[in-house]
Amino acid sequence: MTMTPLHAPSRRQLLLSSGTLFAWAYLPKLARAEGHDPRFLTFILRGALDGLAVAAPVADPGWVALRGDNALTLDSKTPALRLDNFFALHPAMPNLHAMFQAREAIIVHACATPYRERLHFDGQDVLESGLTKPVPSETGWLNRALGGLAPGGRVDPNGSKAFGVGPMTPLVVRGPAPVLSWSPQQVMPASDDTVHRLLALYHHSDQKLALALEEHSKLAAIERAGDMEQMPGGPKPARSPGQARAYFSEVAGTAAKFLAQPDGPRVGALALDGWDTHVNEGIASGRLSQLLGALDDALGAVRTNMGAAWRETVVVLVTEFGRTARINGTDGTDHGTGTVALLVGGALEGGRVIADWPGLKPADLYENRDLKATTDLRAVLKGLLKDHLRADERALAASVFPGSDGVKSMAGLIA
Amino acid sequence: VTPRGREAAALALHRFGFSPARDSIVAIADDPRGAVLADLERTGAGRLVADLPTSGAAARAVFDFQAERQAEQKLASRAQKAAEAAGEAMPVAAKAALPDGGMRPQQPPLPQQLLQKEAQARFDEAANAKIGFVERFVWFWSNHFCISADKIVAMAGPYEREAIRPHVLGRFADMLQAVESHPAMLFYLDNVQSMGPDSVAGINRDKGLNENLARETLELHTLGVRSGYTQTDVTDFAKVLTGWTWIQPSEPVYGGEFAFVERMHERGDQIVLGKRYPDAGVEQGRAVLADLARHPATARHIAQKLAAHFVADEPPPSLVAKLEKVFLDTGGNLKEVVKSLVIADESWTPERAKLKPPSAWLVSIARITDAQAAIPIGRVLGTQAMLGEALWRPPAPNGYPDTESAWIDGAPRRLDIADDLAGRLANNVDPLALVDSALGPLASADTRETIARAESRKQALALLVMAPEFLRR
Repeated sequence: MTMTPLHAPSRRQLLLSSGTLFAWAYLPKLARAEGHDPRFLTFILRGALDGLAVAAPVADPGWVALRGDNALTLDSKTPALRLDNFFALHPAMPNLHAMFQAREAIIVHACATPYRERLHFDGQDVLESGLTKPVPSETGWLNRALGGLAPGGRVDPNGSKAFGVGPMTPLVVRGPAPVLSWSPQQVMPASDDTVHRLLALYHHSDQKLALALEEHSKLAAIERAGDMEQMPGGPKPARSPGQARAYFSEVAGTAAKFLAQPDGPRVGALALDGWDTHVNEGIASGRLSQLLGALDDALGAVRTNMGAAWRETVVVLVTEFGRTARINGTDGTDHGTGTVALLVGGALEGGRVIADWPGLKPADLYENRDLKATTDLRAVLKGLLKDHLRADERALAASVFPGSDGVKSMAGLIA
Repeated sequence: VTPRGREAAALALHRFGFSPARDSIVAIADDPRGAVLADLERTGAGRLVADLPTSGAAARAVFDFQAERQAEQKLASRAQKAAEAAGEAMPVAAKAALPDGGMRPQQPPLPQQLLQKEAQARFDEAANAKIGFVERFVWFWSNHFCISADKIVAMAGPYEREAIRPHVLGRFADMLQAVESHPAMLFYLDNVQSMGPDSVAGINRDKGLNENLARETLELHTLGVRSGYTQTDVTDFAKVLTGWTWIQPSEPVYGGEFAFVERMHERGDQIVLGKRYPDAGVEQGRAVLADLARHPATARHIAQKLAAHFVADEPPPSLVAKLEKVFLDTGGNLKEVVKSLVIADESWTPERAKLKPPSAWLVSIARITDAQAAIPIGRVLGTQAMLGEALWRPPAPNGYPDTESAWIDGAPRRLDIADDLAGRLANNVDPLALVDSALGPLASADTRETIARAESRKQALALLVMAPEFLRR
């Protein structure tokens, strides 16, 4: 028996185990007067996504020199998928590529929140609160945006049938507007990343616990190799990649099914962990590649299950910050700055990579290490909220993203 | 407050209590030992203040509930038969005749409701305790004298409140009497049916002894396994205990309560452990229990088990000897025994060798997070079961194990639970502040760094509650 390395987890383990979560607010009459019924879904990718591994600047002369073997190119063993004359998409994301080609996807590159430190928790707070600094906040920008939509009869107060703010609700949707949350019922296995971190700690301090936890990985490996029956009553062990894909599609698809319903919720959020790829990132094939593949499945499932509502849908995928431009000493990347924001949905004016490209020369990098952020993520989000959900520009600057008066909402994202 | 004081405080809270709550390390850092001892002096220490039924009332209510259910089912099947005879689906009239109009309410059935209420009160008591030393003692004795809700669900909670709690700081002899005469124990260990072969009822019904309660009392509750008693002692003690039974829960006034039924009692003197006990009805059994409570083997057994529970799976013999001596010298005064445990230097060894069993670990988490408010008790119970320690449902009368080897293999599953709980609780926490509340100076630099570098608050919280310093006490 060979042991499956810790860095090659099943997709389901990495994505779902970490507490998949979906929450939304009802906006049944939103913009209907104008003949629209927009859907808006937000994915928070916690852990800091490596934007350069998602959309590679293949035509930048410094690209291959910067990342070496880890640089995705159009000539890679599995070639990156061409987006335009400058960028190419990770090959594990064919659904996203197809959407891009169908003008239903936009990639905003070299993008970041106003946060310029490199701490996950603080970065996530800024990302989700919509504030300029990591100060304690009980509300998130998405929820406050919904609150701002109330005037003009666009929000039906009676439509807020459910008001169950669970402790799991991510900050981005927390706030005064009613939120309903849903999550898979059974207990998922902890992600291999969490197992790995804990094992590293146990190896330093508690060999008995280390041994007990290692058995976990071995069993998971055996289980993946075969197809063992699930332990009754317990958390489901990891499944084979095919089953994992099916299961993940089911979860992401459920979110879309809710949003697609005529009387269903219109705005949702889903938090996915696992993007903190410090060691053996596995860009070409490995951990990140599998993560991106699973994420791509999720997008495909969302598109399918949205059905006819897809053309009124925008899904935005954001992360707290990017990762270092260069590969570190352990075949991974450390916390950085600029990254991508991914936008998909039939309501977009898509098929574009939007980037004020900062370049990759050492002097171009932020603090000579990170991709510089040249686009403020708030501009993107404000543009979507304004043109898709018809949010008021002044409210966006005053209460949704306070302190963003100088950040103009990006125009033309919505068709 | 000195750093050493804070370290001793953190150690004390994990080892003797239910682990630190917010600010509790600093609160007791001036005098950790004194704070633990002071927990024994609280008014009402060990009692639960909650509006909960007695074991008799609960047993009668559950009997009524089940009887009503049975009647409903019978009515439904009658209606079904009538409808089939008439060649139609279930008629509306028959449906309406059901007590609840054919609609089953969504809430859980009564036995489960009662259990959840009891579980909630118990969980809250542990989660909210300032230190929780006395409550740990309650859990210890409840497991030592365990019964199982699988066999008698209505009385699981009441039993602990009635037979265990009033005596945890009293005399062992009183707890023993309360336990062995409690209807829950008599039913759990089959004594309610045991009758003397030569008793009136035994003769009339051709029935006889059930040795279960007598054997477990000797082997598990008092003297300990292989402590010198013989099969004859077991049989004769079983004879002594015949007639110790309960009133059937169907009886509307006193159902579910203890009764000594002379008719079932084996007449005559009995010899147990070499001593003759004249037949004095129920007093014959009381006399044997009183002697068992003060037997040296009992003192040794309890001392060993207590020291192993609080200090190490293989506790220092000198500590066991201290506890044993106090037990014997004070006539089994349990308050004095635990005082000597706290006073003994052996109990303060910096090595934290005990692995918290799952339920205590869950309480530890609740003490530093919003788990109590955020996680419904049904989910807590489900989690305990998933981790192999379902509340009041040990697989056998020896209770749940108390050793590292029994629980350590559950670490991976505990991690899954930790991860899941963290997903529900992490939104409102500052992981690094929690390290200070939960571990203080006990946290290693490695642990702090691992938590600080986590990719999310959720992961940080999961890593904190799975850190060796948090899992051990």
